[in-house]
Amino acid sequence: MVGIVVVSHSAKVAEGICELAGQMAAPGQKIIAAGGIADGGIGTDAFKIQAAIEEANTGDGVLVMVDLGSAVMSAELAIDMLVDELKDRVAIADAPILEGTVAAVVDASIGQPLVSVAATAAGARELRKR
Amino acid sequence: MANINAAIEALAQAIIANKEMLTDLDSAIGDADHGINMARGFEAVRAKIAAANPGDDVGAVLKLIGMTLISTVGGASGPLYGTAFLRAAGAAQGKTTVDVEIAAKMLEAAIGGIKDRGKAVRGEKTMLDALEPAYDAFTQGMAEGQSLPACLALATAAAAKGVEYTKTIIATKGRASYLGERSIGHQDPGATSSYILLATLTDFAKANV
Repeated sequence: MVGIVVVSHSAKVAEGICELAGQMAAPGQKIIAAGGIADGGIGTDAFKIQAAIEEANTGDGVLVMVDLGSAVMSAELAIDMLVDELKDRVAIADAPILEGTVAAVVDASIGQPLVSVAATAAGARELRKR
Repeated sequence: MANINAAIEALAQAIIANKEMLTDLDSAIGDADHGINMARGFEAVRAKIAAANPGDDVGAVLKLIGMTLISTVGGASGPLYGTAFLRAAGAAQGKTTVDVEIAAKMLEAAIGGIKDRGKAVRGEKTMLDALEPAYDAFTQGMAEGQSLPACLALATAAAAKGVEYTKTIIATKGRASYLGERSIGHQDPGATSSYILLATLTDFAKANV
């Protein structure tokens, strides 16, 4: 199963999204939070994201969900720091972080490949509220 | 330059001293955290250097700084300055002193890192609007055979002009881009912190070469 990493400036947001999306997950589905910085403050930490990606990978690659601004940059830096074999099997989703994570978890949990999980997450952009 | 660790301490002091000014600039057009983030990063740099005692190898010290900024700054300036210091470290590997040529290579590598990471170019109201003119002025001084402090002084003067220039343009990168035309009239906090770093290095080089 494709692993999911949730990167938010806020540790609470990242953990909350993982908790919510976890309701939709199959057993063994990895959903790892990588929010905030080491001292608990608001921000993103490329090393924390790197460790989360490594933890989320069970062999089928990892989709990284991001919130605002520097989350994208820190996620890109984290991917740059991965070993080459893993680097090519990680993608950053162009998706809303909450809806996208839920959609990605559903798709990953039925064993879809990374390209499908990423497309499903991106599709969450179209989810209308009314 | 005399001692890399003394130079870094000067940078840390300058950033921490300008914490409120940088945050005020950022509150006008961003998320009001640039000074706080940079000060937190350089406080951590100070602690890391004191604990790790990386010696006088410029490359090793800059690498430690880059890694520390990446994990402690939190905002976009973390991966940007972090990558800049890591790239500069590559250009200074194994050196215990920095001359004009090495400094030019370090500056070039650092700017390349910021461009790669931020996918930005000059004219988008970012730190590049201070750093690229600074690099041009530095290398022009180098071509004229000027000393390291003199080249740094030229770079700092060009960076100051670059910071002024950021007041006249619209932000298209980062949080300030949400403001569109309302970002005009405000100087870019990232360009300002880049200027402060260069100005501090210039003062340090003048006093220590």
